[in-house]
Amino acid sequence: MTDPTPTASPPLLAVRGLSKAFLGVQALDGVDFTVRHGEIHALLGENGAGKSTLIKTLTGVYQRDAGTVTLEGRAIAPRGVEEAQRLHIGTVYQEVNLLPNLSVAENLFLGRQPMRFGLVDRGAMRRRARAVLIPYGLSLDVTAPLGRFSVATQQIVAIARAVDMSAKVLILDEPTASLDAQEVAVLFKVMRTLRSRGIGIVFVTHFLDQVYALCDRITVLRNGLLVGERRTAELPRLDLVAMMLGRELEAAAHRIAPPGNDGEEDARPPLVRFRGYGKARSVEPFDLDIRPGEVVGLAGLLGSGRTETARLVFGMDRADRGEAAVDGQAVRLRGPRDAIRLGFGFCPEDRKKEGIVGALSVRENIILALQARQGWLRPIPRRRQEEIADRFIRLLDIRTPHAEQPIQLLSGGNQQKALLARWLATEPRLLILDEPTRGIDVGAHAEIIRLIERLCADGMALLVVSSELEEIVAYSRRVVVLRDRRHVAELRGGEVAVDRIVAAIASEPVPVEPRP
Amino acid sequence: MIHRFLPLLVTSAVLVVGFLLCAAQFPAFASLRVVGNLLTDNAFLGITAVGMTFVILSGGIDLSVGAVIGFTTVLLAVLIEQGGWHPVSAFAVALAVAGGFGAAMGAVIHVFQMPPFIVTLAGMFVARGLGFVLSTDSIPINHPLYAELGDLALRFDGGGKLTLPALLMLGVVAAAVVCAHWTRFGANLYALGGNRQSAELMGVPVGRTTVAVYALSGLLAGLAGIVFSLYTGAGYSLAATGVELDTITAVVIGGTQLTGGYGYVIGTFIGVLIQGLIQTYITFDGSLSSWWTKIAIGVLLFVFILLQKGLLAVWTGRGGAPAEA
Ligand SMILES: Nc1ncnc2c1ncn2[C@@H]1O[C@H](COP(=O)(O)OP(=O)(O)OP(=O)(O)O)[C@@H](O)[C@H]1O
Ligand SMILES: [Mg+2]
Repeated sequence: MTDPTPTASPPLLAVRGLSKAFLGVQALDGVDFTVRHGEIHALLGENGAGKSTLIKTLTGVYQRDAGTVTLEGRAIAPRGVEEAQRLHIGTVYQEVNLLPNLSVAENLFLGRQPMRFGLVDRGAMRRRARAVLIPYGLSLDVTAPLGRFSVATQQIVAIARAVDMSAKVLILDEPTASLDAQEVAVLFKVMRTLRSRGIGIVFVTHFLDQVYALCDRITVLRNGLLVGERRTAELPRLDLVAMMLGRELEAAAHRIAPPGNDGEEDARPPLVRFRGYGKARSVEPFDLDIRPGEVVGLAGLLGSGRTETARLVFGMDRADRGEAAVDGQAVRLRGPRDAIRLGFGFCPEDRKKEGIVGALSVRENIILALQARQGWLRPIPRRRQEEIADRFIRLLDIRTPHAEQPIQLLSGGNQQKALLARWLATEPRLLILDEPTRGIDVGAHAEIIRLIERLCADGMALLVVSSELEEIVAYSRRVVVLRDRRHVAELRGGEVAVDRIVAAIASEPVPVEPRP
Repeated sequence: MIHRFLPLLVTSAVLVVGFLLCAAQFPAFASLRVVGNLLTDNAFLGITAVGMTFVILSGGIDLSVGAVIGFTTVLLAVLIEQGGWHPVSAFAVALAVAGGFGAAMGAVIHVFQMPPFIVTLAGMFVARGLGFVLSTDSIPINHPLYAELGDLALRFDGGGKLTLPALLMLGVVAAAVVCAHWTRFGANLYALGGNRQSAELMGVPVGRTTVAVYALSGLLAGLAGIVFSLYTGAGYSLAATGVELDTITAVVIGGTQLTGGYGYVIGTFIGVLIQGLIQTYITFDGSLSSWWTKIAIGVLLFVFILLQKGLLAVWTGRGGAPAEA
């Protein structure tokens, strides 16, 4: 890293010696970070490395303990998001949900509504909202409340808002977490356009492919410290991973043979069996068997019915046709309580809304499902709770000062790990994971995949929804492919491969009939 | 589009149907005079309820409004009758005190991150207590301006009239509708009620908005206190006991969610009129105990809350037809 010489024009955004501590955690320690005009700069690091804290400190959500921030050479110290926005720094925060009760247009223009005669010009606001969304290919009713749209659409609206406000700097903290491949491509196009206009973009992600596809430079943080800044072109992937982890990642992270041998050994009775199971307007009737020790992947585009299938299996949505059986006994799944009693677990996709209880401690969050299953009248002894929590904190490498930290103070990825731990602690017979590795760093990613294998070896059955086809292929024994809310194919054994899945998703007529 | 306004439509329908039923039973009901009285009698309630709507929209609650009304009436009486002040200066002081009181509560809520329920409950006791400190008696106000203001009215044929309190209420409601939907402050209120953390990360000035909304609620309670003293011609520290609950009821009947973020000022206005209508009906009937007002309002409230819950489930429910492209 070369410090700007006095003759050169100052960089767009320069952070020097930034420090921020929370009670018990030094989240940032003397970090330098430079964004130049017209570059996309990846900010990388493990879960809890301090990426989000850096962003929040420099946009005024948190006040820094030490350090300077300059924007085009002028020192700035925003005391709130509003002030950062006025400096033309637009940000999509990791946990931003926007406001479900306001319309799309109001979300886009909150705080900067077009005014006329001292009043908000609602007509102009609607027109401009439609215009702002055009580059993203979204044409929707901008007067409808945002909460009516899918998570992905909401995410795009959040991005569109930030982009529209960022005349100088755009900061995106894991913006692609709930987008599908096509939406990501649209976002990248927008980002490239902005770059060519000289805007500096900070991009946080855990997808290394995205880093190499898009970013000019990379800054890596680890445990609140700056590891270094490199040009993407000069940094091979393995070196990047080593920078992030502070060690080499064992190459075993990918391509593991599916547990059990391929092909015909399906004689064992299934743990769960669904026949003609479905729900109107949600998923077409499907057949599905899952045997103990087996991982079944659900693949398909966003909105293809993957999540809906998972919700049906767990009883979160009630099927209106078909039969379900566990251990050969017919059962009725009228709600999650039924499913939990049968030994099912479910780790949902939208963890913020359906998962964590922010004010409770990490320990309490981990213990929650176990305690619920055994009934609140029989509390788990405190000692035992601590043992379980400590075990999973170690096993999943959850970065927290101690088990009693309120979970909302953990970084996004670490909250996710704690949620996974909650269900693992119940030792379920069937665990349903919806996007288990979203927002989780490379190190933990490999860790979770390894864990999945270990669990299956112990006889647990798994149903995994994931957009990462490589990941699905790595651990699934069978893969069910969905399209347009139908199960269109079931690949098994040697058929489980990325290109076969893609072919099944893309094929127009149904190529492989699900077996009757 | 339709179901966004459905609670409002239902509330309006209840008002219209209720009015028609009353008119069918008592032909004298359907007169401008009755309507005018309805507005006058409920003016202080309506003004207070507008402030309460804003507070609830922002995700808070203000339990102090009734006490602030009571305190304001006593303050006015003491200043005018014992201090010899001109009513207009007394009005200005009362509004400033009430607004400042609200702002202080808002500041406590924001700075110490305290639940509004607790802070405004404390505010309620403080305001009542201050009223008693000023005077424990009911003090009549005999200033000539009071008589003049009491006579001031827009008169219509057939004995109907819009008195000053009624006009003030209509003005406040109109201004509040504009404020809620055509100003940035209004948008910030809805944002705050939708999700505080998201609002903050979107750049909403959370602290300023919180202080402002409680200041506004206090100010409107002060104005309601002035109207109340005009209406009764006296100041009494026990005046307007329980009005905070009546206003919350009006807000909820009007379709605003108690948890914040959803609702309309105009709904609250209709909610106030429905309560007034029930009261007027019972006066007309003459044989019913006035407690029937409370019972009828309780039942209505219950029905409306159930209705809202159902609507919200349909509105935000998943599993329905995909809403997006
Ligand atoms: N408000 C807070 N109070 C206490 N500790 C906090 C707070 N915010 C963050 N931390 C801690 O600071 C550290 C850095 O967190 P940060 O959110 O910046 O990580 P991150 O790099 O964004 O990780 P992720 O990839 O998981 O999002 C973590 O150890 C976290 O627990
Ligand atoms: Mg983060």
